[in-house]
Amino acid sequence: MTARAIMQATDMHRALTRIAHEILESNRGAQSLVLLGIPTRGVTLAHRLAVILESIVPGVSVPVGSLDVTMYRDDLYQHPTRASAPTEVPVSIDDMTVVLVDDVLYSGRTVRAALDALTDLGRPQAVRLAVLADRGHRELPIRADFVGKNLPSAHGERINVLLTEHDGVDGVEIEEVVSA
Amino acid sequence: MKHLLSTRDLSREDAIQLLDIAEDMAAVNEREVKKLPALRGKTIVNLFFEDSTRTRISFEAAEKRLSADVINFAAKGSSVSKGESLKDTTQTLAAMGIDAVVIRHGASGAPQVLAHSGWIDAPVINAGDGTHEHPTQALLDAFTMRRRLHGAGSRGKGLDGVSVTIVGDILHSRVARSNIWLLQTLGAHVQLVSSPTLLPSAVDTWPVTVSYDLDEALASTAPDVVMMLRIQQERMKDAFFPNEREYSNLWGLTAERFLSLPEKTMVMHPGPMNRGLEISSLAADSPQSTVLDQVANGVSVRMAALYMVLTGEREVSHD
Repeated sequence: MTARAIMQATDMHRALTRIAHEILESNRGAQSLVLLGIPTRGVTLAHRLAVILESIVPGVSVPVGSLDVTMYRDDLYQHPTRASAPTEVPVSIDDMTVVLVDDVLYSGRTVRAALDALTDLGRPQAVRLAVLADRGHRELPIRADFVGKNLPSAHGERINVLLTEHDGVDGVEIEEVVSA
Repeated sequence: MKHLLSTRDLSREDAIQLLDIAEDMAAVNEREVKKLPALRGKTIVNLFFEDSTRTRISFEAAEKRLSADVINFAAKGSSVSKGESLKDTTQTLAAMGIDAVVIRHGASGAPQVLAHSGWIDAPVINAGDGTHEHPTQALLDAFTMRRRLHGAGSRGKGLDGVSVTIVGDILHSRVARSNIWLLQTLGAHVQLVSSPTLLPSAVDTWPVTVSYDLDEALASTAPDVVMMLRIQQERMKDAFFPNEREYSNLWGLTAERFLSLPEKTMVMHPGPMNRGLEISSLAADSPQSTVLDQVANGVSVRMAALYMVLTGEREVSHD
């Protein structure tokens, strides 16, 4: 099991800063924005994005929440029972621009579940997707609007997004998973 | 978790995971769209051989909020009244492709028989069997206690160091039995108070302390929780106490006793209440009472239980 570092803390901060600018560009400002992170690391990234957005546009406050997709997954019978995580949406999402935030985009199935979960919470004006790393191998017609880094990878590899809040350090690494 | 038959064999880890999932289910129950797609396409049968209002409705609400298809079966008016056995009823359901069974039965152990008989290869949830166990009631009681004590910070916590006094008809109470095992697993201290005639002989092997004097028990422990049990007249075939008035005086949560409790003490009752017998209206309707919270939390806890037994890889049965 060897892990290769792909992004350092500074790379990650630069990527998030660029994503923040891209969000502001496409939204023409910070009005009507809500960031919803997908637990666990997506929520942390969403909070970091909000801090950057608020530093770019002084005086604005961007609501951040978490959107748990466990109950909407299509693989509940393929894995051991998954624990759920809290869904906390601080404002009504009706007529807002919701930016979903996750650490890694892979098959697209988590995002598909997130879109269903959003439907039960309200009717946003638009839904965008921001991810720190896009590793390819999509199984559904889903793409990200904002990507920190494209990481072409093999199925047998694992992408680890490390965040100080959870792992004590910031960074992205690729790990060879020895398969049988 | 393949079945939920009793709280005695529930690990602390599973119990806390179930309570944590129930927290997320509770959030769903406060939304406008109270529905999750997790159990779409699953058919659950509620097999009730004994009367029940709140447990049956609570399970049905939980099942529907998880998008399962629900079949309600009451023994009255069914082939059971024509003499059909539990085995034949179950095999009939198995042939129909039922995915899970929620069973309430007057005979202690009926859910275990169902789970381990090989008659049906579906998860079984015990919704109360005789005087044995009622695990989802104990789980919703624990959930209610945890929420009152820790509020939004409940996730991941047990009930370590919490003192719980259970009062009343322990002998006939499956609620008490399930609570005793679960509360012990979660780290709480349990005290039972009752008339000697309403305590089972096995009580000295249970992880509890026993008292016969309610006033003394409440004064000496100042418990965090007082749980009043229903006097189960339908199960009482002998004279266990002289009359209702004497029972109420000695072991009821009268207005006077309630007012002597610390303000932090929660008053719980699994319902249905015999007002004026084991609990006074002053206690039942006070802010310290959790009776309605228990009902609301029951739906969330049952959603979590159904989710836990029904999802996950379907393993080859190794009971």
